[in-house]
Amino acid sequence: MIERDLVIVGGGPGGMAAAISAYENGIKDILLLERDQYLGGILNQCIHTGFGLNYFKEVLTGPEYADRFIKKVQGIPGIEISLKSFVVHLTKDKVLTYLRPGMVKTVKARCLIMATGCREKTREMVHIAGTRPAGVFSAGLAQKLVNIEGLLPGKEVVIVGSGDIGLIMARRFTLEGAKVKAVIEIQDKTRGLMRNVVQCVTDFDIPLYFKHKILKIFGRDRVEGISVAKVDDEMNKIQGTEFTIDCDTVLISVGLIPENELIEMAGLELDRKTNSPVSKEVNKTSMPGLFVCGNAFKVYDLADSVSKDSESAGRLAAEYLKH
Amino acid sequence: MRIYDVIIIGAGAVGASIARELSRYKLDVALLEKETEVTFGVSKSNSGIIHPGTQNPSGSLKGRLCVQGNLLTRKISRELGVDFKEVGELIAAFGEEEKTRLYELKKEAECLGVPRLEIVDSAWLRKNEPNLSKDVIAALYAPTAGIISPYRLVYDLTENAIRNGVELFTETKVDNIAVKEYFEISARKAVFKSRFLINSAGLFADEISKMVGVDDFKITPRKGEEFLLDKKNEYLTSHLIFPLPAKTSKGILVIKTSDGNPMIGPTAEDISDKEDSSTTDRGFQEVLSQVKRLVPAIDERDIIAYFAGLRPVSDNDFIIRYEDKVPGFINVAGIQSPGLTAAPAISLMVCDILKKNGLSMKKKLIFHSHRKKTIHLFAIPLEKTKKLVKKDAGYGDIVCRCEMVSAKEIKDAIDRGARTLDGIKFRTRAQAGKCHGSFCTTRLMKILSEKIDVPLIEITKRGKGSEIVKGDRRND
Repeated sequence: MIERDLVIVGGGPGGMAAAISAYENGIKDILLLERDQYLGGILNQCIHTGFGLNYFKEVLTGPEYADRFIKKVQGIPGIEISLKSFVVHLTKDKVLTYLRPGMVKTVKARCLIMATGCREKTREMVHIAGTRPAGVFSAGLAQKLVNIEGLLPGKEVVIVGSGDIGLIMARRFTLEGAKVKAVIEIQDKTRGLMRNVVQCVTDFDIPLYFKHKILKIFGRDRVEGISVAKVDDEMNKIQGTEFTIDCDTVLISVGLIPENELIEMAGLELDRKTNSPVSKEVNKTSMPGLFVCGNAFKVYDLADSVSKDSESAGRLAAEYLKH
Repeated sequence: MRIYDVIIIGAGAVGASIARELSRYKLDVALLEKETEVTFGVSKSNSGIIHPGTQNPSGSLKGRLCVQGNLLTRKISRELGVDFKEVGELIAAFGEEEKTRLYELKKEAECLGVPRLEIVDSAWLRKNEPNLSKDVIAALYAPTAGIISPYRLVYDLTENAIRNGVELFTETKVDNIAVKEYFEISARKAVFKSRFLINSAGLFADEISKMVGVDDFKITPRKGEEFLLDKKNEYLTSHLIFPLPAKTSKGILVIKTSDGNPMIGPTAEDISDKEDSSTTDRGFQEVLSQVKRLVPAIDERDIIAYFAGLRPVSDNDFIIRYEDKVPGFINVAGIQSPGLTAAPAISLMVCDILKKNGLSMKKKLIFHSHRKKTIHLFAIPLEKTKKLVKKDAGYGDIVCRCEMVSAKEIKDAIDRGARTLDGIKFRTRAQAGKCHGSFCTTRLMKILSEKIDVPLIEITKRGKGSEIVKGDRRND
């Protein structure tokens, strides 16, 4: 079986920063696995600015931010980049099996960094009652449709939850000529960054309803509307406050959860609530030589923080291999 | 204008079973379906249980057909390459009074011919079903209960029927039927003519029957809400777990599914709108409290999906009859639970009715009884995947990350008839996992668009009106 000093799963901001840092700290045999056809992960669809302020002291878009890391990773001969590589199996001995078009490969990692990122919580996870028509999207999927594919998911939009992607999509939809009719947030404050509330919602006069809850989605084939009500401090519906909003699209932006199914397969314990690995120290897991970084370890507000966190995982990997 | 020997209205489990059975004979058969794909009506929300025949009144038609259908399903699933697992069921009794009921149920079921029934005690239950509530003191064990994927069964029955000569017409909603020398069925701006007409239109069977002048039954939709748990709970229970049957249903259950995800539900509520498949907060609470009574370890945080289906309910029993008033017309209506199990037996019964009423039924020289089993990477060992990837690179190109579905599987599904994103989901499981298609929807849209040659903006979730996107900015 082929053995590699370091295997990194995930070629987004986390995996790339970890790879560079591991190399700079002395690891010269690195395999970077990315399931998509390009590096950069979700940054590729984040065409808005706001990236790099902390890390580069510059204002960059997502693709620009990613590009700096991509160029650097590609310039390091000790890092082998394997795209369209989907890991299907991981054992407790750090043996990985991955699929690529036309081949199945197995590799043993002396050291392993998981930079698998996170996924969006779905409508199902927050139990929104009603029908299941077309027109209900996670905010990230809507972002991909608009920014990567050039398709407009809908024309009259309600955004459920005030996560950053939802707020950014409120502005994006408005700029694309769609009408964003409301952002509904069950808590009394936003889940996202204040700058996004101001720049993406308030500046465009989009109504933002705090302490409101979506009750139901209507529509047989396509979304036709939703019902909403005020909630009390226990987040229960206040009777008599119900109203409906006509719309053809509902975006769900109710938070992110780390993607850690692979390490769970290898036998590591995940926190039941956060889906992060149970861990005493940042990036470390109960398995020696297996590190988790970036949004897979903990969901960060900024890509810059993901890069920082992942650099530390790269250093830890180098230290581990020295012993 | 061609004249069919038999036209079947409705391509759910019942219509597809009848179509496949008739395809053994030298007959011209057409299957009409109003939705964009088969199984998009009642059958898509079926729980996938192949019932043993318990919980049916002795002497009932549905009870007899259920027991017979349970046996027939095994053979059909082998022939079609659809996975059938005999997991067995337990009907749980809390307290002595309920235990007495178990003996009555057992006796009733034995009268119907349900084999190998057993009353098991708490020691047996602790050993064989450790997650079952400790308050369950005994259970009726029916080992012949099984599970199957309801939509994959219907897809494969239809595919096999088509291979054997049946013509399928989707998006073909029947608007009117004239009874002349032949049945003249107006649908999709065309007229289909046939000598015999079978009504297996599910929720709309009463309306179809009324069109030919038989107006003596009504179909009421009985809504059932179901909730799907994450696959990692696959071994939460080893059996299907039932409470004692309720008045209008078999109660709220813990269901094993052929894809591994346990399912909890369904509720049973009579409603009036035949298209209302919405879920409710109340249904959610009801299901959760009922199943926690049976299996306390169920955690609501593991729920990854939910939906509602409608059972087509007439009276207490199935309506399967030749309508003497309208010669050539056969009603197959009110087929609620255990309709999926009974479907193969129903199809034999319908063949008998046709034969008895003058349809000449000669077997074809060649009937293709078998179809090649559909490949699902999630269901096969890695060693086999390796071989497949070598044969076709597309198996190594993963599209759906949560359920591990490859581009090759998606393309095959489209070749076999998928025309919508839901159709791809039901066939392959792509979009059926934790992220609900957040990652793979765009790729699926592109593959479908390319293969069936329609623009991206015309790709739908489940047929016209359910287009995924509202505009294309690339050409603006």
